Amino acid sequence: MSAAALRPVETPIRPPIVELRGIGKLYGTVRALAGIDLDFAEGKLTALLGPSGCGKTTLLKIVAGLVRPSEGEVRVAGRPVTGPGPERAFVFQDFALLPWATVLKNVAFGLEMRGVARAEREERARHWIAEVGLTGFEQSYPHQLSGGMRQRVGLARALAVDAPVLLMDEPFSAVDEQTRRKFQEDLLELVARQNKTFLFVTHSIEEAVYLADRIVLLSPRPGRLAGIVEPRIRRGGDPERIRRDPVYLDTVETIWRGLKGWVE
Amino acid sequence: MRSPGLTVPASGSLLIWLAAWELAGRAELTLLLPPISAILARLVEIAPTAAFLEALAITGEAFLLGNAIAILLGVPLGVLMGRSRIADELLAPWVDLFVSAPLSALVPVIMLLFGVGQTTIVLTVVLFALWIVVLDTRAGVRGIPPSLLEMAACYGCGPWRTFWRIHLPAALPEILTGIRMGVIRGVKGVVIGQLLVSVVGFGQLFEIYSSHFLMEHFWALLLTLFAFAVLVAEGLAWLERRVDYFAAARH
Repeated sequence: MSAAALRPVETPIRPPIVELRGIGKLYGTVRALAGIDLDFAEGKLTALLGPSGCGKTTLLKIVAGLVRPSEGEVRVAGRPVTGPGPERAFVFQDFALLPWATVLKNVAFGLEMRGVARAEREERARHWIAEVGLTGFEQSYPHQLSGGMRQRVGLARALAVDAPVLLMDEPFSAVDEQTRRKFQEDLLELVARQNKTFLFVTHSIEEAVYLADRIVLLSPRPGRLAGIVEPRIRRGGDPERIRRDPVYLDTVETIWRGLKGWVE
Repeated sequence: MRSPGLTVPASGSLLIWLAAWELAGRAELTLLLPPISAILARLVEIAPTAAFLEALAITGEAFLLGNAIAILLGVPLGVLMGRSRIADELLAPWVDLFVSAPLSALVPVIMLLFGVGQTTIVLTVVLFALWIVVLDTRAGVRGIPPSLLEMAACYGCGPWRTFWRIHLPAALPEILTGIRMGVIRGVKGVVIGQLLVSVVGFGQLFEIYSSHFLMEHFWALLLTLFAFAVLVAEGLAWLERRVDYFAAARH
């Protein structure tokens, strides 16, 4: 990645809600991640972008507390991460829904684990089911839904627990293109309305540029910080306009030129 | 099963073989094989007797108790082996050994340890049924998508709750297959146990009937056991089909 193409890392005005300090990960003797230092500002959507094998999902799972880093420390809201916690919610690439439970029960799962009483958790679950546009499917089972609808259930489950940090692991990669576009538009709206911090793993440059306030580029094997891009795209208004925005197109082009070298 | 004239067997081949049996029996080829109609008539005759009912009760008790123990031990053990590599490496050689070993040879050892009685028979059922329940549960737990377990961890589901809320329902199709196969093996266990102990339940009746060459009685007893085994297996297979959509819904 040429340094000229990248803006310098900006100091966030608000204190970072997620801090990574010297994160490294070894699987046996194979190094997956090395020396990752990153801050994530509250209320922003950051995309972790890189080719497959760059450890971006591993990094996300380290933030989630699902994977222990071999080196370094993760802090969320100032507290060191030792495992999963209520201030973080995860959206899975393969949705990770309970096939034997209804949409309502799936969405309420996180609340149930937190000991929220049935009436209240079902009410909150219904609210988020409506928010993601699945009203009427409360009593359906996951296998009766399309891929896109299933991921909406996964998203509703993550939103229902009202965690300030949302971790999304390639959430739209398993849904078809049209659904993905609609999903991306809805996500932008969500980011604008909710004061939540999103960490979004993707291998799609277009998706990263379209969605993210900030794009963290990771190099492959071992995953290192290769650069940070902050596309100055005007959000709000017609979400379709973004894809025609010259800044959008230029940023996609710049990142692609940078990543090209790793693909070959 | 009642008189063959009244009952229409589900499969045609069964009907053909029963007819062949009847003919062979009528031809009096051997003393060991009476006609099927005579056997069924004998079954109707001996079924209400106190000796038969008592044998049925005590056999049923050993069978149910043995299977219950096998399931209550086997499912948690299988989940443990599916979850923990250490537990798996520690236990897998034994489970693999016992699942294929000629277990009948071990029944005399149980008999030495626990005496000639119902305890030995219950333990024989456990010995026969346990291992396949363990193996199938373990396979089921290993087939659970990792993301489902990560999801549970993310939302604060502790290990004990994960066992009840994720492992058990997610591995249910395999667990039920294991239980069905365990129950079928349990029928073998109860019969072999009773035959070797031979003073309890059907084992005792078998002993009496065969030593007195009461072949109609003997076959009536055997058919009862066979029918019982098939009924139990079919019942569980039906239950398995009801949760089949699980498997289809998994990755």
